[in-house]
Amino acid sequence: MTTPSTRRDLLLRLGIGLNALAAVALATPIVGYLLSPARRQKMRDALSWVELGGLSSYPEGQTRMATFRNPSTRPWDGQTADIPCWVRRLQGNDFQVFAVNCAHLGCPVRWFPQSNLFLCPCHGGAYYADGSRAAGPPPRGLFRYEFKVENDRLLIRAGMMPTLGNIIASRRGRRGPPCA
Amino acid sequence: MRLIRPTLEWLDARLKIGAAIRETADHPVPRRSASWWYVFGSGALAIFVLQVATGICLALVYVPSANEAYQSLQVLNHQQALGWFVRALHGWGSNFMVGLVLIHMIQVFLFGAFKFPRELTWMVGVLLLVVTLGMAFTGQVLRFDQDAYWGLGILTSIAGRVPVIGGQIVQIVLGGPIIAGETLTRFFALHVFVIPGLLIGFVGVHLMMVLKLGVNEYPMPGRLVDKDTYIAEYEAEVHRDGVPFVPNAFRKDLVFSGLMLGAVVLCALVFGPFGPGGAPDPTIIQTEPRPDYFFLWIFSVAALMPPGIETFVLLVGPPLGILFLFLLPLWAGVGEKSWRRRPVAVLCVILAILGWATLTHYGRTSPWSPVMDAWSALPVPAKDLEGKSALVRQGALVFQAKQCRNCHALGDAGGRRGPALDDVATRLTKDQLIRQVLQGGGNMPAYGVNLSPAETTALVSFLETLHPSNEPAAQDASQKSASVR
Repeated sequence: MTTPSTRRDLLLRLGIGLNALAAVALATPIVGYLLSPARRQKMRDALSWVELGGLSSYPEGQTRMATFRNPSTRPWDGQTADIPCWVRRLQGNDFQVFAVNCAHLGCPVRWFPQSNLFLCPCHGGAYYADGSRAAGPPPRGLFRYEFKVENDRLLIRAGMMPTLGNIIASRRGRRGPPCA
Repeated sequence: MRLIRPTLEWLDARLKIGAAIRETADHPVPRRSASWWYVFGSGALAIFVLQVATGICLALVYVPSANEAYQSLQVLNHQQALGWFVRALHGWGSNFMVGLVLIHMIQVFLFGAFKFPRELTWMVGVLLLVVTLGMAFTGQVLRFDQDAYWGLGILTSIAGRVPVIGGQIVQIVLGGPIIAGETLTRFFALHVFVIPGLLIGFVGVHLMMVLKLGVNEYPMPGRLVDKDTYIAEYEAEVHRDGVPFVPNAFRKDLVFSGLMLGAVVLCALVFGPFGPGGAPDPTIIQTEPRPDYFFLWIFSVAALMPPGIETFVLLVGPPLGILFLFLLPLWAGVGEKSWRRRPVAVLCVILAILGWATLTHYGRTSPWSPVMDAWSALPVPAKDLEGKSALVRQGALVFQAKQCRNCHALGDAGGRRGPALDDVATRLTKDQLIRQVLQGGGNMPAYGVNLSPAETTALVSFLETLHPSNEPAAQDASQKSASVR
């Protein structure tokens, strides 16, 4: 092997090495950028207390729909950040607040006061008034939001679309609240 | 005219592709392969070119913002000159493309064209199927209406079922904690940049291999593929009895592609664009979300699967199916090509088509969904009321008012979630009826807390009358003997 070809060899290796370094330097932030929505801190921060209005709008023994603006929004979210939920007031400060999303595949369940059932239009899931599963494919009852009453106003801890993924994670005690 | 030849020569002296084009055009194909059976792939390619052109046109007006996408679709439909037509072309083009890709795939499978040495061509073809379906799904999301919103909800809920990292996957799919602005922009990026890029790349490789390896010969029953001799035999055949690709095969491709493009134009003119449906406002829950037809069968599977294995089927089924198709040529890469001697292959295709059609039909009719307005909209059949006692009629009222009709049909009208009740009295005795109403079971909610004793009595009296006149109501034999004594 002659000297110049060794030098060229070195240059080639240097070139490959430099590009490998650059690739790592580029890929790390890009992958970080792509995965950023799944950061644990960000997921925790997504949840916060939102107001659902005064207690007087929820008669005892009835189930009413309430809507709230998702706590974290972008200016271009439009109507998609208006999230509905079902509020059942048993009596006094005793509430159940259900996510509108069916526990099966997330379709919006409708409340029927006539039969005291929540029915899902997608695959026929049915739930009793207390949110427990009545019939159909759902693997569990309706997802429930944590709630509290302050100054005669109802608040729920919300901000995340409920899925079995959230629930399973919270059941292992890694992310606090039972739902949402 | 006189300028054309020198211009072409000037260009080719620099581009140097004339020879390659001539070689491609003249490459010999087996005489019988210049057949009408071999036109589906080029049909799909022609539609893809149409999709690129119409897609670019739509992107000139469409706004990929959760706040404005719906309005921009309305503008395209109603204000932008010919916007409705371009949307219709793109929507119908997508249906035709998915259809042609599937037909092409079935033809290739039945003609054994995936066997040696064309295994990789088939594998890239499977990837093309995946990215085509990816285009179809992401395109359905960009038509940002109620169906798109709740379709994303279904996708999210399936993703949320992934063990351990389901929650994280949901966040990455949605680009945040809810379906909102960043969800739409990432599906826009997928539909407009990422997947088309993959599609163009795969199409290039796919076509290159078709040219390099030669068009599959028309399969002859009994002529087996042997890795040691196949290539020599194929070469000998195309040299002995081949015809140039242009014009012998090309003219049929050309006619078919033209027909398909014409059919898309016709459908677009006659049927117009798809949607958008209701506004993507999650607070409007009076909706019955359904996916586009090529995903309806998955929607049906989600309804019909036993809950115990559902997560497994939804998460593992699709990748396993794709993997099976992908690895098929490695498993069955030699031997018989003709469908006439591959009964299992033919049976698989027939079963797949029947299964797909059946599930799609169920997806369209959704018999598992309660008919939400049956209780208020449908009349009780007159024969069930005529000459009946006040108690029975009271029971009919309870039946409607408690929305039993939403899941149970009477006189062929009403929900199909539960059994029709026209002859329920022949199947269940009074005690069994009471038990079923109060305790539910067999996929029926329990109405015990929801019915007063008086209502239950009335309802069961009504149900007891529901039997054909020539069939007596069911009786509890033990009760009968007890009362005799």
